[in-house]
Amino acid sequence: MLELIEAWLHRPNFIAFVILFLWGFYIMVTHHNFVKKLIGMYIVQTSVIFFLVAISAKTGATVPILLSGTVPVHAETYANPLPHVLTLTAIVVQVATLGVSLALVAAIYRKYGSLDEDEILKRLE
Amino acid sequence: MTFSFEVPLLILLILTAAGAILVKDLVPAVFILGSYSFFLALVWACLGAVDVAFVEAVVGAGLATVFFLLTLFRTAQKDTRLYPSSYRGAALIGLPLLGFLILYAANDLPKFGDPASPASVHVSPVYLENSLHDTRTPNVVTSVLMDYRALDTLIETVVIFTAGIACALLLGRSRE
Repeated sequence: MLELIEAWLHRPNFIAFVILFLWGFYIMVTHHNFVKKLIGMYIVQTSVIFFLVAISAKTGATVPILLSGTVPVHAETYANPLPHVLTLTAIVVQVATLGVSLALVAAIYRKYGSLDEDEILKRLE
Repeated sequence: MTFSFEVPLLILLILTAAGAILVKDLVPAVFILGSYSFFLALVWACLGAVDVAFVEAVVGAGLATVFFLLTLFRTAQKDTRLYPSSYRGAALIGLPLLGFLILYAANDLPKFGDPASPASVHVSPVYLENSLHDTRTPNVVTSVLMDYRALDTLIETVVIFTAGIACALLLGRSRE
Protein backbone atom coordinates (compact mmCIF):
# COMPACT_ATOMS: atom_id res chain seq x y z
CA MET A 1 0.00 0.00 0.00
CA LEU A 2 2.81 2.40 0.92
CA GLU A 3 4.55 1.90 -2.40
CA LEU A 4 1.26 2.48 -4.20
CA ILE A 5 0.86 5.86 -2.48
CA GLU A 6 4.48 6.66 -3.38
CA ALA A 7 3.71 5.76 -7.00
CA TRP A 8 0.78 8.22 -6.92
CA LEU A 9 2.90 11.01 -5.46
CA HIS A 10 5.39 10.63 -8.30
CA ARG A 11 2.61 11.09 -10.83
CA PRO A 12 0.64 14.28 -10.02
CA ASN A 13 -0.49 14.43 -13.65
CA PHE A 14 -2.08 11.02 -13.34
CA ILE A 15 -3.88 11.96 -10.11
CA ALA A 16 -5.18 15.16 -11.75
CA PHE A 17 -6.36 13.08 -14.73
CA VAL A 18 -8.24 10.65 -12.46
CA ILE A 19 -9.88 13.47 -10.46
CA LEU A 20 -10.97 15.35 -13.58
CA PHE A 21 -12.21 12.18 -15.30
CA LEU A 22 -14.31 11.05 -12.32
CA TRP A 23 -15.60 14.57 -11.68
CA GLY A 24 -16.76 14.95 -15.27
CA PHE A 25 -18.33 11.50 -15.19
CA TYR A 26 -20.11 12.29 -11.91
CA ILE A 27 -21.54 15.48 -13.44
CA MET A 28 -22.76 13.61 -16.51
CA VAL A 29 -24.54 11.03 -14.34
CA THR A 30 -26.09 13.21 -11.64
CA HIS A 31 -26.98 16.60 -13.12
CA HIS A 32 -30.35 17.15 -14.76
CA ASN A 33 -29.46 20.20 -16.80
CA PHE A 34 -28.30 19.36 -20.32
CA VAL A 35 -25.76 22.19 -20.53
CA LYS A 36 -24.18 20.99 -17.28
CA LYS A 37 -24.07 17.45 -18.64
CA LEU A 38 -22.19 18.82 -21.66
CA ILE A 39 -19.76 20.70 -19.40
CA GLY A 40 -19.11 17.34 -17.71
CA MET A 41 -18.57 15.69 -21.09
CA TYR A 42 -16.09 18.41 -22.02
CA ILE A 43 -14.14 17.83 -18.78
CA VAL A 44 -14.01 14.05 -19.42
CA GLN A 45 -12.75 14.58 -22.97
CA THR A 46 -10.06 17.07 -22.01
CA SER A 47 -8.91 14.86 -19.11
CA VAL A 48 -8.30 11.91 -21.44
CA ILE A 49 -6.34 14.18 -23.81
CA PHE A 50 -4.38 15.43 -20.80
CA PHE A 51 -3.44 11.83 -19.93
CA LEU A 52 -2.14 11.23 -23.47
CA VAL A 53 -0.12 14.46 -23.50
CA ALA A 54 1.40 13.65 -20.08
CA ILE A 55 2.72 10.36 -21.52
CA SER A 56 4.57 12.24 -24.27
CA ALA A 57 6.73 14.30 -21.86
CA LYS A 58 10.41 13.45 -21.38
CA THR A 59 12.60 14.83 -18.61
CA GLY A 60 15.01 17.47 -19.91
CA ALA A 61 13.47 17.42 -23.37
CA THR A 62 12.35 20.45 -25.34
CA VAL A 63 9.39 21.01 -27.66
CA PRO A 64 9.38 18.82 -30.79
CA ILE A 65 10.66 21.53 -33.14
CA LEU A 66 14.08 20.66 -34.53
CA LEU A 67 16.74 23.24 -33.84
CA SER A 68 19.16 22.73 -36.71
CA GLY A 69 19.24 20.59 -39.81
CA THR A 70 22.96 19.92 -39.85
CA VAL A 71 23.59 17.89 -36.69
CA PRO A 72 22.05 14.41 -36.38
CA VAL A 73 18.88 14.56 -34.30
CA HIS A 74 18.91 12.89 -30.87
CA ALA A 75 15.40 11.68 -30.13
CA GLU A 76 15.86 11.92 -26.33
CA THR A 77 16.19 15.72 -26.48
CA TYR A 78 12.74 16.29 -28.00
CA ALA A 79 9.32 15.43 -26.57
CA ASN A 80 7.47 12.57 -28.24
CA PRO A 81 5.49 14.20 -31.11
CA LEU A 82 3.08 11.34 -31.87
CA PRO A 83 0.68 11.82 -28.89
CA HIS A 84 0.63 15.53 -29.78
CA VAL A 85 -0.56 14.75 -33.30
CA LEU A 86 -3.20 12.31 -32.03
CA THR A 87 -4.51 14.80 -29.50
CA LEU A 88 -4.60 17.67 -32.02
CA THR A 89 -7.05 15.59 -34.04
CA ALA A 90 -8.93 14.59 -30.89
CA ILE A 91 -9.36 18.20 -29.69
CA VAL A 92 -10.85 19.30 -33.00
CA VAL A 93 -13.19 16.31 -33.14
CA GLN A 94 -14.14 16.94 -29.50
CA VAL A 95 -15.23 20.50 -30.29
CA ALA A 96 -17.12 19.24 -33.37
CA THR A 97 -19.10 16.76 -31.22
CA LEU A 98 -19.66 19.51 -28.66
CA GLY A 99 -21.07 21.78 -31.37
CA VAL A 100 -23.45 19.09 -32.63
CA SER A 101 -24.65 18.24 -29.12
CA LEU A 102 -25.20 21.92 -28.31
CA ALA A 103 -27.22 22.29 -31.51
CA LEU A 104 -29.29 19.28 -30.38
CA VAL A 105 -29.81 20.93 -26.99
CA ALA A 106 -30.99 24.13 -28.69
CA ALA A 107 -33.41 22.12 -30.86
CA ILE A 108 -34.76 20.30 -27.78
CA TYR A 109 -35.26 23.60 -25.98
CA ARG A 110 -37.18 24.99 -28.92
CA LYS A 111 -39.54 22.05 -28.93
CA TYR A 112 -40.02 21.42 -25.19
CA GLY A 113 -39.14 24.78 -23.64
CA SER A 114 -36.84 23.32 -21.01
CA LEU A 115 -33.29 22.10 -20.52
CA ASP A 116 -34.23 19.87 -17.59
CA GLU A 117 -34.11 16.13 -18.28
CA ASP A 118 -37.04 15.17 -16.03
CA GLU A 119 -39.36 17.90 -17.32
CA ILE A 120 -38.71 16.85 -20.90
CA LEU A 121 -39.40 13.20 -20.01
CA LYS A 122 -42.66 14.32 -18.34
CA ARG A 123 -43.71 16.22 -21.43
CA LEU A 124 -42.88 13.26 -23.64
CA GLU A 125 -45.37 11.02 -21.83
CA MET B 1 11.57 18.81 -8.64
CA THR B 2 10.30 19.01 -12.18
CA PHE B 3 6.76 19.53 -10.92
CA SER B 4 7.34 22.86 -9.18
CA PHE B 5 5.59 24.88 -11.89
CA GLU B 6 3.06 22.28 -12.67
CA VAL B 7 1.45 21.41 -9.35
CA PRO B 8 -0.09 24.90 -8.74
CA LEU B 9 -1.43 24.79 -12.29
CA LEU B 10 -2.93 21.35 -11.67
CA ILE B 11 -4.59 22.61 -8.48
CA LEU B 12 -6.00 25.60 -10.39
CA LEU B 13 -7.22 23.17 -13.06
CA ILE B 14 -9.15 21.07 -10.56
CA LEU B 15 -10.54 24.18 -8.81
CA THR B 16 -11.83 25.68 -12.07
CA ALA B 17 -13.31 22.32 -13.13
CA ALA B 18 -15.15 22.19 -9.80
CA GLY B 19 -16.22 25.84 -10.02
CA ALA B 20 -17.69 25.40 -13.49
CA ILE B 21 -20.33 23.09 -12.02
CA LEU B 22 -20.91 24.50 -8.53
CA VAL B 23 -22.05 27.85 -9.98
CA LYS B 24 -25.85 27.95 -10.34
CA ASP B 25 -25.97 30.45 -13.18
CA LEU B 26 -24.88 28.88 -16.45
CA VAL B 27 -23.17 31.85 -18.15
CA PRO B 28 -20.52 32.27 -15.37
CA ALA B 29 -20.12 28.47 -15.42
CA VAL B 30 -19.21 28.63 -19.10
CA PHE B 31 -16.70 31.41 -18.49
CA ILE B 32 -15.09 29.39 -15.68
CA LEU B 33 -14.92 26.46 -18.11
CA GLY B 34 -13.08 28.76 -20.54
CA SER B 35 -10.51 29.56 -17.84
CA TYR B 36 -10.22 25.81 -17.18
CA SER B 37 -9.30 25.35 -20.84
CA PHE B 38 -6.76 28.14 -20.57
CA PHE B 39 -5.06 26.57 -17.54
CA LEU B 40 -5.06 23.26 -19.39
CA ALA B 41 -3.26 24.96 -22.28
CA LEU B 42 -0.67 26.32 -19.81
CA VAL B 43 -0.09 22.83 -18.34
CA TRP B 44 0.41 21.42 -21.83
CA ALA B 45 2.88 24.17 -22.68
CA CYS B 46 4.76 23.15 -19.49
CA LEU B 47 4.81 19.54 -20.70
CA GLY B 48 6.35 20.56 -24.02
CA ALA B 49 3.25 20.15 -26.16
CA VAL B 50 3.13 23.65 -27.63
CA ASP B 51 1.01 22.76 -30.66
CA VAL B 52 -1.61 21.09 -28.49
CA ALA B 53 -1.53 24.10 -26.14
CA PHE B 54 -2.18 26.48 -29.05
CA VAL B 55 -5.07 24.40 -30.32
CA GLU B 56 -6.58 24.10 -26.85
CA ALA B 57 -6.28 27.87 -26.26
CA VAL B 58 -7.89 28.69 -29.60
CA VAL B 59 -10.41 25.89 -30.06
CA GLY B 60 -11.08 24.84 -26.45
CA ALA B 61 -11.00 28.16 -24.62
CA GLY B 62 -12.24 30.22 -27.60
CA LEU B 63 -14.53 28.28 -29.88
CA ALA B 64 -16.10 25.93 -27.30
CA THR B 65 -16.93 28.91 -25.03
CA VAL B 66 -18.52 30.71 -27.98
CA PHE B 67 -20.59 27.60 -28.80
CA PHE B 68 -21.78 27.33 -25.20
CA LEU B 69 -22.66 31.03 -25.04
CA LEU B 70 -24.54 30.95 -28.36
CA THR B 71 -26.60 28.03 -27.06
CA LEU B 72 -27.26 29.72 -23.72
CA PHE B 73 -28.43 32.95 -25.35
CA ARG B 74 -31.06 30.94 -27.26
CA THR B 75 -32.13 28.86 -24.25
CA ALA B 76 -32.55 29.00 -20.48
CA GLN B 77 -29.61 30.49 -18.62
CA LYS B 78 -30.40 29.13 -15.17
CA ASP B 79 -30.16 25.66 -13.75
CA THR B 80 -33.63 25.44 -12.22
CA ARG B 81 -33.06 22.13 -10.44
CA LEU B 82 -31.43 22.42 -7.04
CA TYR B 83 -31.96 19.00 -5.48
CA PRO B 84 -29.80 16.08 -6.61
CA SER B 85 -30.72 13.24 -8.90
CA SER B 86 -31.74 9.75 -7.83
CA TYR B 87 -28.65 8.32 -9.52
CA ARG B 88 -26.45 10.17 -7.05
CA GLY B 89 -26.07 7.25 -4.63
CA ALA B 90 -25.07 4.84 -7.36
CA ALA B 91 -22.60 7.39 -8.74
CA LEU B 92 -21.08 8.06 -5.31
CA ILE B 93 -20.48 4.32 -4.80
CA GLY B 94 -19.50 3.33 -8.33
CA LEU B 95 -17.21 6.17 -9.38
CA PRO B 96 -14.78 6.00 -6.41
CA LEU B 97 -14.55 2.26 -7.10
CA LEU B 98 -13.66 3.03 -10.73
CA GLY B 99 -11.19 5.66 -9.52
CA PHE B 100 -9.52 3.19 -7.19
CA LEU B 101 -9.19 0.68 -10.02
CA ILE B 102 -7.54 3.32 -12.24
CA LEU B 103 -5.21 4.43 -9.43
CA TYR B 104 -4.35 0.82 -8.61
CA ALA B 105 -2.83 0.56 -12.09
CA ALA B 106 -0.67 3.67 -11.52
CA ASN B 107 2.37 1.62 -10.51
CA ASP B 108 2.46 -0.16 -13.85
CA LEU B 109 2.60 3.05 -15.84
CA PRO B 110 6.02 4.29 -16.99
CA LYS B 111 7.61 6.95 -14.79
CA PHE B 112 6.67 10.53 -15.65
CA GLY B 113 9.17 11.99 -18.13
CA ASP B 114 10.97 8.70 -18.68
CA PRO B 115 12.73 8.87 -22.12
CA ALA B 116 12.68 5.03 -22.32
CA SER B 117 8.93 4.69 -21.79
CA PRO B 118 7.24 2.34 -24.31
CA ALA B 119 5.48 5.23 -26.07
CA SER B 120 8.78 6.98 -26.79
CA VAL B 121 11.09 4.20 -27.96
CA HIS B 122 9.55 2.24 -30.79
CA VAL B 123 8.44 4.42 -33.70
CA SER B 124 8.56 7.99 -32.40
CA PRO B 125 12.42 8.36 -32.73
CA VAL B 126 12.12 7.39 -36.40
CA TYR B 127 9.83 10.33 -37.03
CA LEU B 128 12.01 12.68 -35.00
CA GLU B 129 15.22 11.67 -36.77
CA ASN B 130 13.95 11.53 -40.36
CA SER B 131 11.24 14.15 -40.61
CA LEU B 132 13.55 17.06 -41.45
CA HIS B 133 15.19 15.09 -44.24
CA ASP B 134 11.88 13.78 -45.54
CA THR B 135 9.63 16.83 -45.32
CA ARG B 136 11.94 19.87 -44.87
CA THR B 137 9.79 21.02 -41.94
CA PRO B 138 11.47 21.70 -38.58
CA ASN B 139 8.23 21.21 -36.63
CA VAL B 140 7.80 17.45 -36.28
CA VAL B 141 4.15 17.71 -35.25
CA THR B 142 3.34 19.61 -38.43
CA SER B 143 5.24 17.19 -40.63
CA VAL B 144 3.49 14.16 -39.11
CA LEU B 145 0.07 15.82 -39.23
CA MET B 146 0.29 17.30 -42.71
CA ASP B 147 2.68 14.92 -44.46
CA TYR B 148 3.03 11.40 -43.04
CA ARG B 149 -0.58 11.30 -41.82
CA ALA B 150 -2.17 13.68 -44.34
CA LEU B 151 -4.93 11.18 -45.13
CA ASP B 152 -5.97 11.10 -41.45
CA THR B 153 -6.15 14.88 -41.45
CA LEU B 154 -8.26 14.81 -44.60
CA ILE B 155 -10.74 12.42 -42.96
CA GLU B 156 -10.71 14.68 -39.89
CA THR B 157 -11.86 17.59 -42.06
CA VAL B 158 -14.62 15.29 -43.36
CA VAL B 159 -15.69 14.75 -39.73
CA ILE B 160 -15.76 18.51 -39.10
CA PHE B 161 -17.69 19.05 -42.35
CA THR B 162 -20.26 16.45 -41.26
CA ALA B 163 -20.57 18.13 -37.86
CA GLY B 164 -21.09 21.49 -39.56
CA ILE B 165 -23.84 20.04 -41.80
CA ALA B 166 -25.52 18.44 -38.77
CA CYS B 167 -25.48 21.77 -36.90
CA ALA B 168 -26.88 23.62 -39.92
CA LEU B 169 -29.69 21.07 -40.34
CA LEU B 170 -30.59 21.10 -36.64
CA LEU B 171 -30.58 24.88 -36.27
CA GLY B 172 -31.94 25.78 -39.69
CA ARG B 173 -35.19 23.83 -39.46
CA SER B 174 -36.55 25.98 -36.66
CA ARG B 175 -36.49 29.26 -38.58
CA GLU B 176 -39.39 28.22 -40.79
